[in-house]
Amino acid sequence: MTEELLLLSVIVLPVAGALFIALAGERHRNLREGITLLTATLLFIAVVLLYQGLDNGIHTVVEIVEPMAGLSLALTVEPLGLLFGLICSFLWIITSIYSIGYMRGNQEQHQTRFYVCFALAIAASMGVAFSANMFSLFIFYEFITLTTYPLVTHSGTEEAKRAGRVYLGYLLGTSICLQLLAIIWTWTLTGTLDFTEGGVFADSDIPAGLLTVLYMLYVFGVGKAALMPFHKWLPAAMVAPTPVSALLHAVAVVKAGVFTVVKLTVYLFGIDELVSSGAADWLLYVAGATILIASVIALRQDNLKARLAYSTVSQLSYVIMATVILAPISVFAAAIHIAAHAFGKITLFFAAGSIYTATHKTEISQLDGIGKQMPWTMTAFAIGSLSMIGVPPTAGFLSKWYMFQGAFAMESWVAICVIIISTLLNAAYFLPIVYAAFFREAKEEKVTHGEAPFAIVLALTLTALGTVLLFIMPERLLSLVQLIKV
Amino acid sequence: MSTSHLLILQVVIPLIVAPLCILIRKQSLVWYVVLAVSWGTLYSAYRLLIRVLADGEIVYFLGGWAAPWGIEYRLDILNAFVLMIVASIGAIVITFAKCSIIKEVSEDRVYLFYTAYLLNLTGLYGVVVTGDVFNLFVFIEISSLSSYAMISLGRERQALMAAYRYLILGTIGATFFLIGIGFLYAMTGTLNIADLRVRIPDLENTRTIITALAFLTVGISLKFALFPLHGWLPNAYTYAPSVVSAFLASTTTKVFIYVLLRILFTIFGATFVFDVLTLDRIFLVSALLAIFSGSIAAIYQTNVKRMLAWSSIAQIGYMILGISLVSVTGLLAGIVHLFNHAIMKAALFMCMGCIFYRFNSVKLEDLKGVGRYMPWTMAAFIIAGLSLIGIPLTVGFISKWYLIMAALERDWWWLAFAILAGSLLAVVYIWRVVEVTCFQTAADQPEDKKIRMKEAPLSMLIPLWILIIANIYFGVNTELTVDVARQSAEWLLGMK
Repeated sequence: MTEELLLLSVIVLPVAGALFIALAGERHRNLREGITLLTATLLFIAVVLLYQGLDNGIHTVVEIVEPMAGLSLALTVEPLGLLFGLICSFLWIITSIYSIGYMRGNQEQHQTRFYVCFALAIAASMGVAFSANMFSLFIFYEFITLTTYPLVTHSGTEEAKRAGRVYLGYLLGTSICLQLLAIIWTWTLTGTLDFTEGGVFADSDIPAGLLTVLYMLYVFGVGKAALMPFHKWLPAAMVAPTPVSALLHAVAVVKAGVFTVVKLTVYLFGIDELVSSGAADWLLYVAGATILIASVIALRQDNLKARLAYSTVSQLSYVIMATVILAPISVFAAAIHIAAHAFGKITLFFAAGSIYTATHKTEISQLDGIGKQMPWTMTAFAIGSLSMIGVPPTAGFLSKWYMFQGAFAMESWVAICVIIISTLLNAAYFLPIVYAAFFREAKEEKVTHGEAPFAIVLALTLTALGTVLLFIMPERLLSLVQLIKV
Repeated sequence: MSTSHLLILQVVIPLIVAPLCILIRKQSLVWYVVLAVSWGTLYSAYRLLIRVLADGEIVYFLGGWAAPWGIEYRLDILNAFVLMIVASIGAIVITFAKCSIIKEVSEDRVYLFYTAYLLNLTGLYGVVVTGDVFNLFVFIEISSLSSYAMISLGRERQALMAAYRYLILGTIGATFFLIGIGFLYAMTGTLNIADLRVRIPDLENTRTIITALAFLTVGISLKFALFPLHGWLPNAYTYAPSVVSAFLASTTTKVFIYVLLRILFTIFGATFVFDVLTLDRIFLVSALLAIFSGSIAAIYQTNVKRMLAWSSIAQIGYMILGISLVSVTGLLAGIVHLFNHAIMKAALFMCMGCIFYRFNSVKLEDLKGVGRYMPWTMAAFIIAGLSLIGIPLTVGFISKWYLIMAALERDWWWLAFAILAGSLLAVVYIWRVVEVTCFQTAADQPEDKKIRMKEAPLSMLIPLWILIIANIYFGVNTELTVDVARQSAEWLLGMK
């Protein structure tokens, strides 16, 4: 009973929060931000309670509505989803702190709409995390797109609106044309969309060719995973305010994408079925290519947020590649990487926003010597970078370690080569920034700025700390990940 | 009073009250009378639907003359459902009409609108319940003539031209329909639908019967604007008062599609029409062309009402597509979309009515920043628009889901893909409006205009939001709609 209530609350809490935020409005800004923080904290507590209830092994399924016979909007607890939910809800608290500093520091317009949409986007992400079947997941997936659209076009400028069109076009286009088609196809073939251990295709005699087509429709249909050639929306979305880029376009939205890919690989198709039919083999190459191409593009970006965006595109494909190595341990690596990249990338975006708030600089070439004025920000940035490259003592090392194990176990030389090359590329586009910030002299004569507002510095310090802590104390994370029934 | 009398009252009451409206003339009073009639007939339509669901077909003989000598009214699940659609949209639209119609029709003609509306309602109810093809023709003409009149009430001069064009094409359609009936009568000697159904199989191979089918199909297709017979529709919906567009777009076309179903499935029979004559191929092609040409044309419109009109043409394509798949799932999708499209399109046109009420325009360039002044109206527009696109948890999604299932059941994955691609076009034309109204700020307005710029009155917002809630409710709880549609589909295909 209590677990059912808890499950419902992960959706209801942020929606209710959004409502109260809207009621508080611009006139009571402190109250409004207070509600955001309170909701975020309560949500995190709810998810943690769900985590603690995981041990008893009983999986409650809560049906909210059943629009069509056999197709219900239902929630359940499952280790992979729980991991995603924990990350999202925890980072929402920190992002809320950060948002307060950022939105006020930059005197952004329409702040109430911003907080309302943010809360709704989190509610939809929670829905994705705890969906019990592909049908529910699709619904929440679409709601993420719709609720984040106003955040992308937040500034209302012509550029923002154009980015909004690209965003909506790619995400709705892929999900409606490919993913929905795949879902209805699965439904007509198997008569179920429930996430089940071993997949729903396990005992069916569907030919390998059809299975490949279906898998292709699904994977490309999840546009949020930013697999090439459907990645353009992510750099475009960078016109949004930095907190949005940080939490949504480095964590909630994109992770919802790769999470969906992992989830449907493991629970809809089933690892064994994919290994025996070879329906996922092509994806290894596409993901590998995405990793490398996106890294090369990232190298050539001078705009900091654009570089981070392309880095995200490449890192997301790590998760996909790890999944389609199709060894149990590489699926664990994929799950760990969802967590590791979330902490690392949010730190980097926080740092980018911090620099923008303090100095209004957006280009990498302007960052020479900035480490002296903004030591906290740039130290955090350095930690985030190390995690992206995958160097100890950061969380990124953890996932890369397991990924290698999986790749060696399956003797997937392609994957091994891709990981090695991309690690070098990662180092090539992150380390120069860190170097320039700390060891080069500032070009300007007079430096008028210091650190960013306290709320911002606090937030990015916390996430940088998180990145390191995940490396030092990975037991919790690993034990949760190993509960995933591959 | 037994419920079967409701069948005839449904038609007669609006017919009697219509001339009364001319006598009353006083517009506020007329509105109350029409409101009472609309909600009253909605109640009786509801009673009839419940009765049909419980006990099966209801038959009523006019004047006690048994068929085939007398005229017979016959209500089964399919037309009880369509009757319910017409009655509920009528009731909602008339509730909404009070303020809107004063704004969009010159004051001395308001009572004429209500009269024409009641006649239209009579015609539509009659078309739905009658079991006699000649009677059917008469009611089609009653509803068509009154809709020409309603369209011509629009304030702009082009309304006259639009109504005239509709009149010409509508009359051609009606003539074709009448010729078809003549042929049928010549061959079978009966006008009763149930009788025709029995007699036609023996005469199937005669050229006259095939010609009759052709005339009837083309005639009725002109009336519901099947591509490429849709030429009259965009102007008619653009220049008619918003209330009229809302009503016509969501009832007239639906009723005429219902007539098509009757002709194809009940009178001629699915086997003859689709297996022997393979009419489904023609419908399939024309439906696909409708979906794509309608949606693409909608993208390029600068007048939002005209955009919605083109979108209607596309949506009619979806319904016909469902029918052309000739399977239970396909027909189910087509029939359920009759209802679903009715509630979303009525809502969208009503939004335009709200906006016109405050802004005097529905041209896209005048609508910058409307969302700021009319948040409730625009929220309604967005939800109804999402429903049109087919986003989950709205009615549009349900229609699309079954339509795609029907396509996949036949292994036509390319068709499923085409349907989905078509709904992406809907994203484009709906989002153009959303972007302009919600994310663009208005240019400086003169002071006097600013005072008027606020949310629409509650008497408009409440009926609008009833439809919006229906859009979500029936998208989440499909038991009633899908069940009724499934039963109708099975019945039409002779599986029951």
